[in-house]
Amino acid sequence: MSEAHSTDLKSYIRRCALVFLAVICTTSLMIAASFANIGGWPVKVAVILAVAVVNAFLVAGFLMHLLSEKKMVYTVLAFTVFFFAGLMGLTVWATGDFPVGTIFH
Amino acid sequence: MDIPYTIKPRPDTGIYNAKVGIWLFLASEVMLFGGLFSAYVLLRVGASDGFWPHGWLNVKLGTLNTLILALSAITTLLAWAACKVGEFGKFKIFHACTLLLALSFLCVKMYEYHDKWIHYEIKLNDGTFADGHMVENDPAKDYLVIEGRIVKDESLLYDLRSQKNIPHDEIKIARADIKSKENYGPWHHTYLAIYFTLTGLHALHILGGSIVIGYLWGPGSRMYKRNPEQFTNRIEVSGLFWHFVDLVWIFLFPVLYLT
Repeated sequence: MSEAHSTDLKSYIRRCALVFLAVICTTSLMIAASFANIGGWPVKVAVILAVAVVNAFLVAGFLMHLLSEKKMVYTVLAFTVFFFAGLMGLTVWATGDFPVGTIFH
Repeated sequence: MDIPYTIKPRPDTGIYNAKVGIWLFLASEVMLFGGLFSAYVLLRVGASDGFWPHGWLNVKLGTLNTLILALSAITTLLAWAACKVGEFGKFKIFHACTLLLALSFLCVKMYEYHDKWIHYEIKLNDGTFADGHMVENDPAKDYLVIEGRIVKDESLLYDLRSQKNIPHDEIKIARADIKSKENYGPWHHTYLAIYFTLTGLHALHILGGSIVIGYLWGPGSRMYKRNPEQFTNRIEVSGLFWHFVDLVWIFLFPVLYLT
């Protein structure tokens, strides 16, 4: 084991510890927001999901190395984002004309 | 026949083939879970006012599982980094930690499922509702015992967040007084149906990932001696899947436990 390699791994562990700490903070923030009195239900959901997106960014960006990936990966992701956004867009659109009484419990 | 570009990047994509493969697979997984999240949104907005549950799940256990999975994502990454710098011993330790954390996650999930399985809502002949965990249910006896409470209005069983000091008394109920009873399985409420579907599918991913990680930690790790670079790439690919599973949980936790 070379000294350089050992230093590499140590710096990696430090970086991972920071990411884990950030994940703990965002998770705590989500829980706090869910129990706090911050406007109505839509505001609360929006805040919690916004924090979840930050949490997801930390995992995808640092742990999955998405911040420094090749163009091919970004291309695949761009298609995924497009279709996922379309799916969610259609879902939100459909909530406007939901047939009344089709779901009870 | 040799599979090409298992180590060196393919000139046109810039990455090795397995990495292209895993990203395409993850893209399909996003759409799979996306469809179920879409179902969740439609079920939620379609539910009658006051009949969508709040506080049915244990936030402490959900938080514990969030931290377990986040920590396992870190150990997976460190296992890959250890392989990359040639520290095979540390790789073994980090990946063993990942496996243990994955099993811990599944154990907590099983406990949560079991808790729902023994939780009953019992409609009584006088129009009231008994709700709680089954303590004694011997078919030979003409009564059963639950640990919970009796409410007059069924809507009180839905928003647990807004109620303080919910009583948990041992209640003996004569079978003759019972109109109907149902446990908190997927059939009890659409919320539980989507909860079991989403978390069950996620747990299957954890199980599948654990099998792959277990193989790479055990018999599959022999490849490290023959071809360390290819083995490191395998660890990276399995790690990307594991991070995706963590990503899904990052959204499942707030959606099901907190909102």
